[in-house]
Amino acid sequence: MTVTTAAPPAAPAVRPPAIGGLARRFSDVATLTGRNLVHIAREPLQLSDVTVQPVLFTLLFVYVFGAGVVLPGGGSYKNFAISGLLALNLTTSSMGTAVGLSNDLNSGVIDRFRTLPMWRPSVLVGRSIADVLTAAVCAAIVALTGLAIGWRPGGSAAGIAGGFAVFLLFSYALSWGCACLGIVSKGPESAQGIGLVILFPLAIVSNALVPTQHMPAALRFIANWNPVSAVTAASRHLFGSPNPSASINAWPMQHPVAASLLWSLVLLVIFAPLASLLYRRRASD
Amino acid sequence: MTSALMIEAHGLTKRYGSTLALNGIDLEVPKGAILGVLGPNGAGKTTAVRILTTLATPDGGSARVAGHDVVREKAAVQRNIGVTAQDATLDEVLTGRQNLVMIGRLSGLRRADARVRATELLERFDLTDAADRILKGYSGGMRRRLDLAAGLVTRPPVIFLDEPTTGLDPTSRVRMWDVIREMVADGVTLLLTTQYLDEADELADRIVVIDHGQVIAGGTSAELKTQTGGARLEITLSQPHPGAADALGPYVTGVVDVSHDGRRLRAPVPSTTGLATTVVRALDQAGITVDDVEVRQPSLDDVFFALTGHPTRDADESAAASTESDPDPSAAAVSEPHVRDLEVARP
Repeated sequence: MTVTTAAPPAAPAVRPPAIGGLARRFSDVATLTGRNLVHIAREPLQLSDVTVQPVLFTLLFVYVFGAGVVLPGGGSYKNFAISGLLALNLTTSSMGTAVGLSNDLNSGVIDRFRTLPMWRPSVLVGRSIADVLTAAVCAAIVALTGLAIGWRPGGSAAGIAGGFAVFLLFSYALSWGCACLGIVSKGPESAQGIGLVILFPLAIVSNALVPTQHMPAALRFIANWNPVSAVTAASRHLFGSPNPSASINAWPMQHPVAASLLWSLVLLVIFAPLASLLYRRRASD
Repeated sequence: MTSALMIEAHGLTKRYGSTLALNGIDLEVPKGAILGVLGPNGAGKTTAVRILTTLATPDGGSARVAGHDVVREKAAVQRNIGVTAQDATLDEVLTGRQNLVMIGRLSGLRRADARVRATELLERFDLTDAADRILKGYSGGMRRRLDLAAGLVTRPPVIFLDEPTTGLDPTSRVRMWDVIREMVADGVTLLLTTQYLDEADELADRIVVIDHGQVIAGGTSAELKTQTGGARLEITLSQPHPGAADALGPYVTGVVDVSHDGRRLRAPVPSTTGLATTVVRALDQAGITVDDVEVRQPSLDDVFFALTGHPTRDADESAAASTESDPDPSAAAVSEPHVRDLEVARP
């Protein structure tokens, strides 16, 4: 009988358990989520994207645009605008996913992760969860700023919760798209640049900040089918805010809640597997 | 169970684009041994370490670490290794302590265990004072020590150190050597790459020399030195003496070179112990008085030159170096004195 008596001299007390268990996966995701949140809290630029920018945008748009925009069908621009500002802020702040992931991939830390016996997708999942938590903070700041200047949602508590939920789901789905961008881009600066070029028009060519009725036909078509419009209209509907899009004869505007959920689902189904594939390809040689 | 080889590689090849980074490397490291992988920049050292630590997939050949195949059993390999890469692989935005706790958690330690272990390692690597500062404020030496600590969180039986002192100032380098020596006193198996010949000599039990993706020599430090043809004897006499060269004749392996003032004699000699005593006694019997005698063992610099025909930092490294990650410009600056040493040492 052969016995392996030559055990490593170091105490095996801290020998890690086998990987693959569901608990290990949760723990890995939680660890990386926490790490990413520390990053956001310590990076002034990223932090200001979800703290200062929402306050600034809310005040600027409500007071500058609010002075000039007349809503078809009437209603307060303030009540109309908060949903749009949630859309604008959450869409543009999802760029943080691209920048953060690109930062990691361009530093040595990803090699460290790759030599650890951890659940590999936790790098991406931890990133997306940190970003949805950040988005929740961003949304809360928009809402509090809105409340401070007189926004009063008219819907039920469930409706209000639902209005935020459609946004956070969309933001989560969008962050997987941004993860793909972060993986394929050369570095954090280029991720930020490309992200801005895609996300800013996405947020603006929509019903988020102005009613779409008076847009040129082509833009109006884009705006009516833009996922940001669907999510914004859904939240207006659920918040009980003025929702001029309800009178537009396009399927997403007639069924904004269904359309926004469908859009989020489609983005997730496309981008989550794509991000994993791109990540696997990038993080191997 | 067969012989306890903790690291074994057979015929590893790896190509990056048109560059053949590894051209059939064989390595064997028994349990508890320290292997020094010595070679110039771009020789393939980092590529070999990346394959053995599951970061890269070989194009050909196979390798096992702690008995597990590095391609097919990645997770099992990862549970048995600690890695300190050439580039900093720590999180710049976290504190030293947060880095170690995170690595512990991601290696499967429970939170409490990870915290205890982090505190232990910070203390051991003399980082307690800096433990709760973020890494951006760390010096190069502190980062390297933390990187080393990061590889030890789970007390892995096999450790890889890729150029652990490249880019460090001489003081930090010597301190790092002490840390590494203390570490291997625990009985781990260690593979260490370096382009510093004295470092391999200082730390490793066995050394393999690699160049252009191939192992060109291997053995203990002493064996490698023997391959270059033994030692050199240098004697300074009190007075010139016509019989001195003849008196040395039986002990040397070549021509005795006498300086023009007749006081200094130099000759190649075999690397045997007690040679200086024998030589001095022989000269004394011939009535020749000696002021100074030295038997100089060949340095590993000499070995590398003898094996490759070029000094350790060769001129044609640029092509291969592009695949080897070495973004640290200070690395070149630090190894500069070695090149000068080499040129001075060589007659």
